[in-house]
Amino acid sequence: MTRRADFPLIFDHSVPGRIAVALPDADVPEVPIEEIVGRERLRREAAELPEVSELDLVRHYTRLSQRNYAIDVGFYPLGSCTMKYNPKVNEDAARLPGFARLHPNTPPELAQGALELLWRLEAMLCEISGMDAVTFQPSAGAHGEMTGLMLVRACLDDRGERRTRVIVPDSAHGTNPASAAMCGFEVVTVPSDARGNIDRAALRRVADGSVAALMLTNPNTLGLFEEHVVEVAEIIHGVGGLMYLDGANFNAVLGITRPGDQGFDVMHMNVHKTFSTPHGGGGPGAGPVAVKRALEPYLPTPTVERVGDRFVLQEDRPKSIGRVRAFNGNFGIYVRAYAYLRAYGPLLRQVSEAAVLNANYLLAKLRAHFDVPYDRTCMHEFVLSGRRQKQEHGVRTLDIAKRLLDYGYHAPTIYFPLIVDEAIMIEPAETESRQTLDAFAEALVQVAEECRTDPDLVRGAPHHTVVTRLDEVAAARKPNLRWRPKAEVGSRA
Amino acid sequence: MAQAPHWQPHRYLPMTAAERDEMLRATGRTAIEDLFTDIPAEVRLRRPLALPPALAEPELLAHLRELAERNAHADRLVCFLGGGAYDHVVPSVVWHLAGRAEFYTAYTPYQAEIMQGELQAGYEYQSMLCALTGMDVANASMYDGASAAAEAAVMARDLTRRDTVVVSAAVHPHYRRTLETYVRHLGIGVRTLAHTDGVTDPARLRATIGAGTAAVIVQTPNVFGCLEDGAALAAAAHDAGALLVVTVTEPLSLGLIEPPGAWGADIVAGEGQPLGNHLNFGGPYLGMLATREAFVRRMPGRLVGATTDREGRRGFVLTLQTREQHIRREKATSNICTNEALNALAAAVYLAALGKTGLRRVAELNARRAHYARTRLTAISGVRAAFAAPVFNEFTLRLPVPPDDLNARLRARGILGGLALRRWYPEMEDAWLLCVTEARTRAQIDALADAVAAEVAA
Amino acid sequence: MYPDDRRYTREHEWAKREDGRIRVGITKFAADRLSDVVFIELPKVGAEVRAMEPFGVIESVKAASDLYAPVSGRVVEVNQQLVDSPEMINQDPHGAAWMVVIEPSGDEAWDGLLDAAAYGALVGAEH
Repeated sequence: MTRRADFPLIFDHSVPGRIAVALPDADVPEVPIEEIVGRERLRREAAELPEVSELDLVRHYTRLSQRNYAIDVGFYPLGSCTMKYNPKVNEDAARLPGFARLHPNTPPELAQGALELLWRLEAMLCEISGMDAVTFQPSAGAHGEMTGLMLVRACLDDRGERRTRVIVPDSAHGTNPASAAMCGFEVVTVPSDARGNIDRAALRRVADGSVAALMLTNPNTLGLFEEHVVEVAEIIHGVGGLMYLDGANFNAVLGITRPGDQGFDVMHMNVHKTFSTPHGGGGPGAGPVAVKRALEPYLPTPTVERVGDRFVLQEDRPKSIGRVRAFNGNFGIYVRAYAYLRAYGPLLRQVSEAAVLNANYLLAKLRAHFDVPYDRTCMHEFVLSGRRQKQEHGVRTLDIAKRLLDYGYHAPTIYFPLIVDEAIMIEPAETESRQTLDAFAEALVQVAEECRTDPDLVRGAPHHTVVTRLDEVAAARKPNLRWRPKAEVGSRA
Repeated sequence: MAQAPHWQPHRYLPMTAAERDEMLRATGRTAIEDLFTDIPAEVRLRRPLALPPALAEPELLAHLRELAERNAHADRLVCFLGGGAYDHVVPSVVWHLAGRAEFYTAYTPYQAEIMQGELQAGYEYQSMLCALTGMDVANASMYDGASAAAEAAVMARDLTRRDTVVVSAAVHPHYRRTLETYVRHLGIGVRTLAHTDGVTDPARLRATIGAGTAAVIVQTPNVFGCLEDGAALAAAAHDAGALLVVTVTEPLSLGLIEPPGAWGADIVAGEGQPLGNHLNFGGPYLGMLATREAFVRRMPGRLVGATTDREGRRGFVLTLQTREQHIRREKATSNICTNEALNALAAAVYLAALGKTGLRRVAELNARRAHYARTRLTAISGVRAAFAAPVFNEFTLRLPVPPDDLNARLRARGILGGLALRRWYPEMEDAWLLCVTEARTRAQIDALADAVAAEVAA
Repeated sequence: MYPDDRRYTREHEWAKREDGRIRVGITKFAADRLSDVVFIELPKVGAEVRAMEPFGVIESVKAASDLYAPVSGRVVEVNQQLVDSPEMINQDPHGAAWMVVIEPSGDEAWDGLLDAAAYGALVGAEH
């Protein structure tokens, strides 16, 4: 087989002396630079950056972008990630100079529009969540989890209670136990029951005075609503613990039910899921945390408050847990979320209705072709199992996922949640049309058929992508995490 | 149950009323309500959400423009504010490329074969960040500089198995507050070392640290704009068996100043906003994290690695993932998942646009213009440099008038003045932190100096 | 399939007595289940380990596990070759891919370990 050429790195385009920006002339006196910063501090060897023209740069990154899958390219049924359409007008809004060019140290009295936006967004998030106050500090969902658990810890400490344990269901995202550990909590795992709910008997066994909080995702990671959430909240509150909601799946219940009404005391939202802000290929996101009144005193600084007809950034909060990052949170992301909510208003409910209907519609089309470990009405996503394909045809879920790439789709989330063997987690999102769902279902059914008729075809997939399956073992055994200049590579070899 | 029986068309929702009904039938249901029967009745919301009414696109944009215009942004006032965020020229090409929808509407690259663009861009970013900082390895990004510094402290504790970090008072106060929050429940103590004339004194550092010190955290240029004596601080830390964590809030300085990797830093944790990212009122920004090769498995965050496919072609994957939360759960190096990939991409495009010589020239321009501004301002009677240490593009002045008052008067002249440092250091009542980047022209600097001279004399 | 010249933990380590010292590795069952091992972290010579507490870490691409000491004692030998070539663990888990040698501080832990038949039954049950 002839080996196709490697796609070049930006460094491969480098020619000494090229540059892609026009630099202004030094219009100030040419004082020798060593007199300004001191000769001993001067950089001795220039950083090995590529030297390219503007067009070289444009072509390189444009071609890279063409080697990427994205919502704007096609259907992205990545369960638990809520890959919905990211409205273009939100991008225009975030790039307005009044937002994008606003310095974070600008005195608040000169940033009233920005603060009013946050203040209005807080009110909307409170209404949607049934909570009383919001912090915009956390930069992503996991950051929100850490922040939320720190609020729990601060509240309990303030009450003089030394509670050491956080309960997490076995279906939880990995960030939940990791966040609990960052707050110094011991993690207790509780199993799920036969209907995919948290096992209440097991929960009662571990629920005691040492429990600080239960972290629950609802709808949970099986895409199912926790049918007994009210009772679960009573169990936890009954032993003096607090209820934490992982809001990763909030997209299913907007305007349908509110976490604050279900008994949750604190939650984070993933605005890069629920409120349509772009994922950016892995960020930036934003993970605002909403709390009930009892936890409000502990919110990180600063908070946005209204004093008379002015908006302020409140730093003076004696019980606050402090800061979790610099400045005012991922403001540019909140501009987009705000624009999204203003585009819907009370119609937001239709988002969840369509998201849930799309998921159930797709599930109905796929039910006959895959195992459905928890066959209930799903919410915005559902989990299939590829165990039939594995047992009968020796084709793993990973292979099925890779084969879908050949059909021009992003694959669903696979091997999560951990409690489902060969899990295939599908979330269509409300912005996809029936025709898209029909075509995707057809493709997935076709792959299931190929597992039977031509399993090697599936096991060897993908066949039509810019690279075939990559050697992850080699990548991890001998990590190559950066390009190095040729001379340096030689001397190291 | 009371609800609008009809379906209102919306531009982001393709579903029509007819399709809704057909799709419901296909699932064996007759009403939307049938999909929500698992939700206990007592927690159903039985009213429409009380949200302001939906806006069509023109009204929406008009409303947002109105909010945006009520902010004194850096295109309206001439910005001399720094203090952890910097007004640099962002070439048009940067966001035309980073803003391509194939990048920004993608998720984390879980399916490597169709995400080679994002992955390769990440690898190139890691490579450029290593070149910039002089370190061996860099991750794909963290949230921001402050949280990156805090995670670096946790990493140092894990590496040294010691439980105190010593942080210089000349580190940005937001970073120090964030550090305190992060480590509070992890059994890590934080000690703050006072600055000496605007810099961290290596001798005082030696007297402060000992066998329990996991890390020394310093910032250069520091919060006052002063350049630290990094080599001496590194030696002091290493002699005590501690790691040196270097925070950089102004990475453009590394185009001119010897990078932390060259003078012994063990971890560099900084803010990448100045590299092609907009001010954005504080975020999204770019947490940078780089370290020594030997420490890579204790590093938090995503890493992109090069490997080959079945046909021997180079390709890229997320690697060393056993460090991360989705595998190691409560034993992970951090809980971080989503990071700031798009901002890292912008930084890479920016660095590639400048290139090896362009970076140096932009950095020199910053230093020269700041030097010129400092020279002009300190020539004004009653205005003096607060500290003697050399600076890059930020410097602290002592004013004969309250800095907040001066800022208010400068505003009337179209100038966004420096930061009144008493906001962060109450004892520094007359201190004014000014930032002069390559984006400020000589004419703007002259106008500032003339305005300050006039206002101080008034 | 599991050699009866040694004993086993429930966490899938093997322990082989050699002149009073204990050579330790992981079983083929564990190596197979991890699939391609990419990294191993072992203690330094001289480190004290305690029975059934972690002494190291082993990783594949998708999983990470602690390594548990079968007995308490002091580490007197470490297989450095394994650190450089972790793939040996998949190739020869019961032989060349030994991990450490421990000078035991007592006999009590040894007696609690499984023999080959009991271990075979354990992993048979896990299949």
